[in-house]
Amino acid sequence: MTVAQEKNPPVKLPNEPTITPQIVAEHGLAPDEYERLLKIMGRTPTMVELGIFSAMWSEHCSYKSSKVWLKKLPTSAPWVIQGPGENAGVIDIGDGQAAIFKMESHNHPSYIEPYQGAATGVGGILRDVFTMGARPVANLNALRFGDPSHPKTRHLVSGVVAGIGGYGNCMGIPTVGGETNFHAAYNGNILVNAMTVGIAPTDKIFYAAAAGVGNPMVYVGSKTGRDGIHGATMSSTEFNEDSESKRPTVQVGDPFVEKLLLEACLELMATDAIIAIQDMGAAGLTSSSFEMAAKGGLGLEMALDKVPMRETGMNPYELMLSESQERMLIVLKPGREDQARKIFEKWELDFAVIGHLTDTERMVLSWHGDIVGNIPIPPLVTEAPMYERPWTLTPLPPVLDAAKVPAPTDYKASLLALMGCPDLASKAWIWHQYDHLIMGNTAIRPQDGDAALVRVPQSTKASSHKGLAMTSDCTPRYVQAHPETGGRQAVAEAWRNITATGARPLAVTDNMNFGNPQKPEIMGQFAGAIMGMAEACKALDFPVVSGNVSLYNETEGRPILPTPTIGAVGVIDDITKAVGSRLRSAGHALVLIGATGGWLGQSLYLRELCGREEGAPPPVDLTVERRNGDFVRGEIVGGRVAACHDLSDGGLLVGLAEMCLAGGTGATMKLPADAGAPHAYLYGEDQGRYLVATDDGNALVAAAAAAGVPATLLGYSSGDSLVVEGLLALPLAELRAVHEAWLPAYMNSAA
Amino acid sequence: MKAAVLVFPGSNREGDVAQAIELVTGRRPTMVWHGDGDFEKVDLIVVPGGFSYGDYLRCGAMAAQSPVMAEVKKRAAQGVPVLGICNGFQIMTEAGLLPGTLMRNSHLKFVCADVHLKVETSQSLFTNRYQAGQVIKVPVAHAEGNYFADAETMKKLEDRGQIAFRYCSPEGAVDGPLGKGANPNGSSSNIAGVFNETKTVLGLMPHPENAVEPMFGGTDGKGLFEGMVEALS
Repeated sequence: MTVAQEKNPPVKLPNEPTITPQIVAEHGLAPDEYERLLKIMGRTPTMVELGIFSAMWSEHCSYKSSKVWLKKLPTSAPWVIQGPGENAGVIDIGDGQAAIFKMESHNHPSYIEPYQGAATGVGGILRDVFTMGARPVANLNALRFGDPSHPKTRHLVSGVVAGIGGYGNCMGIPTVGGETNFHAAYNGNILVNAMTVGIAPTDKIFYAAAAGVGNPMVYVGSKTGRDGIHGATMSSTEFNEDSESKRPTVQVGDPFVEKLLLEACLELMATDAIIAIQDMGAAGLTSSSFEMAAKGGLGLEMALDKVPMRETGMNPYELMLSESQERMLIVLKPGREDQARKIFEKWELDFAVIGHLTDTERMVLSWHGDIVGNIPIPPLVTEAPMYERPWTLTPLPPVLDAAKVPAPTDYKASLLALMGCPDLASKAWIWHQYDHLIMGNTAIRPQDGDAALVRVPQSTKASSHKGLAMTSDCTPRYVQAHPETGGRQAVAEAWRNITATGARPLAVTDNMNFGNPQKPEIMGQFAGAIMGMAEACKALDFPVVSGNVSLYNETEGRPILPTPTIGAVGVIDDITKAVGSRLRSAGHALVLIGATGGWLGQSLYLRELCGREEGAPPPVDLTVERRNGDFVRGEIVGGRVAACHDLSDGGLLVGLAEMCLAGGTGATMKLPADAGAPHAYLYGEDQGRYLVATDDGNALVAAAAAAGVPATLLGYSSGDSLVVEGLLALPLAELRAVHEAWLPAYMNSAA
Repeated sequence: MKAAVLVFPGSNREGDVAQAIELVTGRRPTMVWHGDGDFEKVDLIVVPGGFSYGDYLRCGAMAAQSPVMAEVKKRAAQGVPVLGICNGFQIMTEAGLLPGTLMRNSHLKFVCADVHLKVETSQSLFTNRYQAGQVIKVPVAHAEGNYFADAETMKKLEDRGQIAFRYCSPEGAVDGPLGKGANPNGSSSNIAGVFNETKTVLGLMPHPENAVEPMFGGTDGKGLFEGMVEALS
């Protein structure tokens, strides 16, 4: 690893600049990081070598600030086939089938160029999943926008939604779920978190680790252009007023080519020609080639002039750092080149052998016969900077006394205000732009349940059709108030979403969106959220199998709300047993599961009706969470539940209103004698609760009592109004009009 | 009934329609690659939904010129029934197999939603399982489904009974305003599907193949496939 051992020192290309401290700084490397580079290289790097170090050691690729914390998350369970570290997580869902999934952010690109940023976010996460051998069966996305009154928000919503739809619809993968929130903290830095779930046979999963000295390294897919150069580095810095000028670093997507790439890869995967495969995502050819070689403990020689190029005049630096989309790197078994080439030619995609594996553990890059880069691979990975950044935990705010929160003067007006507020208003305007039905397997559509439910193609080993339940969830205002509680809550709510369909929650993918980790309070938010998440994942047997960290989500020094988005997947063995949240007919008893204390701190009622964001967020008792959830799931699978909805944002009354609207049936409920203050009972956001519709309310209450689970019979579904005796009588038509009006009206109003 | 489903590189609902046909006939249709100008004799040809060759140019414009479509045109002229769904409908208007054209949705957005359709006639091999005037619920999923034809063509379509389906309200009213669920894309006269003159070729924007199972969108689309089986077996 010193210069003495280097047999092939690189040549300097014509016009190649001399490395100066300024060039180093422009590559996002700190002075001590550059010292580290010099020690590894034993000499001054060439431009392409500097670019490679810059990309590999960026926050985005190296996880240098987050790694020490991510290790605290539980990642194993008997059903986990592959945890974090591969392109996506893999879990066993029985009958020889695996679910492969991951969530990833594309925040900065989506703010700069919303359509392409969001579209390529979807494209990237799809590749992460099908590169492992899975056919994608569903997409979800978690979106956070700024205040609706901010001048950029409407444009960003419009572009991001069109971009997600434009890519997913063309690919033919249904977009079945997600969430959309608005908050001023995202004004200058929106969040676009995209998740893909795929299915593969457990014995046909593909990994990235290269093997076999001499084996060919093959490039397939689109040609490489000059788009996206330094995308990974851009994602690893704060935003400022110059960020607009970074538009050329945003990639441009072509979903049609990705569709071809998906089909061609799956066709090749059906043969036994592949040894390893890796998509080219962030940092393009650099990170894909280094990861494959490093994981295999091998070296690699690549002739960069063999890379298919979109334009003339490109140089090695651009080729190694381009983030052009729809590309894959494959290690083939020797002699299989022609077999593979035929498949890619059938799909009219580029196919080029660009190098081969060596035993040197070095990356040797050539350009028309000249060596232009020669880097030892292991130290680039093992000696990458890793920081234990200083952190300060956010103290728990004082608990807000519900008695100090004013009751509404008009309950009807208060419910209408909540159901029409940006966070709770119907998002149909968004999901009607996503093809959520293609493949014909969508059993629970957006807005019809807490989690989406998709049928799994039946295995010959199974006697029934399985269903995969999937969701994404996070309540950033809770995380902001107290990251540990918020982290715990995000995991618990995702678990609850899956449970409410009757499915068994199996595993999590986490998308950690935070501000600048060099600020101790931001690092403290990260640390706190991880502690809470780790605790919840352990208590609920809900391991993290994949994820992504997005830091530096700040503009002009103002950070976003800490947003650890939790994507989750569960399975139900017989999909016909699953339920949604639709209250579809009159005469069902409505039973509230879980204890209600009237927790108004950090509630939507407090924010939307009182204009206050304060207090401690609702605590999550994980033992209670598990007990209540296991009970509800048992009742659903036992066929004793007609509809179920977990209670979260807005509390009990909002949950009931959502069930009524989804199913088109009204309800009448009565406050229990011991309810306490009505507004706290109806709008409090106590955790671990579900609202269940059942044919026999008394039987359900008795079964709950036997299981030690609090349960209260509140009323019945009936008519076409929502009625709380003595407080409120609201025709569903009026409620629906308000609920469905806000987003279309907002999007159609003049900018 | 022996069916063939065409597959362009960007087709993406070919699996959905193959599944629907298999559900009704118990027999998997033949999948025909876009480069195959010569494929086995079948009772029905289906041009499925998707994005044929990416459709960055006008939807279906390139696919209409493909080797497989030249063969489809030949067979359609011989009377072989052809069903085009969504992108398939677009391709067939571009290929001249059906009159009119499909423009960008009037609201300029992709729309995926359940819609109601009024069956205009039961007198065809595609619609014989429905009653004329019957209302069925099936989904749409498209960005270019806004049917347009000149006045003369529209009159001919009406006079010859070539209109197969119209978007309507759940109660069957066909004059519902745009955006109220009745007409999802701004189509002229609420047209969702049309026949050729002999009613052996049908093109429609909605996806009956996604409405064949109770848990997955209902069963209102199943009649179309059952009707074809009855007529063609």
